[in-house]
Amino acid sequence: MSAEQSPKIVIVDESPIRAAILEEGLREAGFTQVVHIREMQSLLARIYAVDPEIILIDLENPSRDVLEAMFQVSRAVKRPIAMFVDQSDSASIQASVEAGVSAYIVDGLKKERIKPILDLCVSRFNAFAKLQEELERTKSQLEDRKIIEKAKGILMKVKGLTEDEAYVLLRSTAMREKKKIGEIAQSIITASEMLK
Amino acid sequence: MTAPLRIGFIPLVDAAALIVAVDKGFAAAEGLEVELVREVSWSNVRDKLNIGLFDAAHLLAPVAIASSLGLGHVKVPIAAPFNLGVNGNAITVSPTLHAALMEEIDGDRFDPLATAKALAKVVTKRRKAGADPLTFGMTFPFSTHNYQLRFWMAAAGVDPDEDVRLVVLPPPFMVDSLRNGHVDAFCVGAPWNSIAVDLGIGHILHFSSDILARAAEKVLALRQVWADKHPDVVAALVRAAVKAAAFIEEPANLTEAAQILAQPERIGVDVEVIRRTLVGRLKISPDGTFRESGRYLLVGREGAGRPDPVQAAWLYAQMVRWGQTALTPDGVKTAMAVFRPDLYDAAVGRRPPDEAPAGLGAFAGPVFDPGNILGHLKAFDVGRWKA
Repeated sequence: MSAEQSPKIVIVDESPIRAAILEEGLREAGFTQVVHIREMQSLLARIYAVDPEIILIDLENPSRDVLEAMFQVSRAVKRPIAMFVDQSDSASIQASVEAGVSAYIVDGLKKERIKPILDLCVSRFNAFAKLQEELERTKSQLEDRKIIEKAKGILMKVKGLTEDEAYVLLRSTAMREKKKIGEIAQSIITASEMLK
Repeated sequence: MTAPLRIGFIPLVDAAALIVAVDKGFAAAEGLEVELVREVSWSNVRDKLNIGLFDAAHLLAPVAIASSLGLGHVKVPIAAPFNLGVNGNAITVSPTLHAALMEEIDGDRFDPLATAKALAKVVTKRRKAGADPLTFGMTFPFSTHNYQLRFWMAAAGVDPDEDVRLVVLPPPFMVDSLRNGHVDAFCVGAPWNSIAVDLGIGHILHFSSDILARAAEKVLALRQVWADKHPDVVAALVRAAVKAAAFIEEPANLTEAAQILAQPERIGVDVEVIRRTLVGRLKISPDGTFRESGRYLLVGREGAGRPDPVQAAWLYAQMVRWGQTALTPDGVKTAMAVFRPDLYDAAVGRRPPDEAPAGLGAFAGPVFDPGNILGHLKAFDVGRWKA
């Protein structure tokens, strides 16, 4: 796809990571003119300046209502011919809303051209959601590790155990009680704080 | 009774009946399991309702009408069997604009015609001085806030599309925008006006009830096809909302209701601000001046919960007046059919009341007649409609 064929796309997203993932995907797919707007204060001014043909915005952005207004009351911008893909294409609308992205077509772009863009955004948004989940999981694992370290320390001090022995005790207790080691460690910390 | 209902709402005091219906157990008592989902924009609420991710929603009354007419977005017919609030907005202006208006005002400062005339003078002065036009924030193109601001200023000949700038701002951004001079004034629901006053950066110029004595504000919105398919659920939902509204309006319950609404996962603001809103006693100036009105926000009293199709027709007339749609007989009919007093009556098990609802009580223009929208439009000098 040559540069002049590639539509101008604006991504409105307060999450820099998600915007980067989206931008990269769009570039890989051959869309060379992609601009990320993060600053919400001057949103309209920036959009006017870029004059995009497509605007992609994350659904959790309260500024979506601002965009709607731009399309409905402002005479400074070309009116959109369609939002999402098409009024009749409810499956695409649903997929994009569920994934958390909304697309506005600002110029006379053909439906066939927005569809692959939207599909790509939906899969990228879903990928981001998965990434976010993994990040959360890793974070809680890290958190667990900190708690386990602390609990081991308490056991070593109170019961005079070595570090290995303390860990074995934690693990065997967790297995016996069918709980996570983190949970057992947390209860040791809680108990020791209460007994202070 | 059925699968859990997912209902979307925006954290505003006029979601009160919905929140209390769920959190106080009125919905459960009707056999309903409800999950309330907090949303960030009216576009989101509308879209999630329209595609069926929500079964029902707290929605701006004009958005329900626009959705049924297919204005601005996908056309999805909406049924509104319960009116979540009448009135509840206010116009807040910056201290600078307030001083300028008070300098020009000839008459009572709570008289919207007097303040609108003062605004016209300020607008003219600014133009002569080469200053930027004043900027007013409101919440959505299809919103009572938009129409109330326009109705007010146009009554004194100020053209909202030529003489000032009207911009949409998400309610949580209003206060900041006033502080940093992005807007000179805004019209929004509670609690944002009070928050601006408490911070010392705004004066409440008008309660929206100064402009219209009764204006339908938010509705409980359902997809028409969904409502047709689940009449029993609709009736149960309306009954739960009616009971919640009655609970909120009972003075003895005021503190409890305000506490329920103030929870972080609901509206998430100070209990005291919500109390003030429900009572209609608001601090209007940073110097501590209070103003009280029994009409500030009607949640259930004075028949506020029963949808009034005349209100829907008025909102449609405003869409026509400001060029959002053309006037057609079908348009009027479709708009009025969104408000469903019949579903309300069926749910609470009573016959339609004999007396007509109280009317809109607009401060300017003739009494509104839904049968003569053209006459309504012709009564005003300023407007964008085409005959």
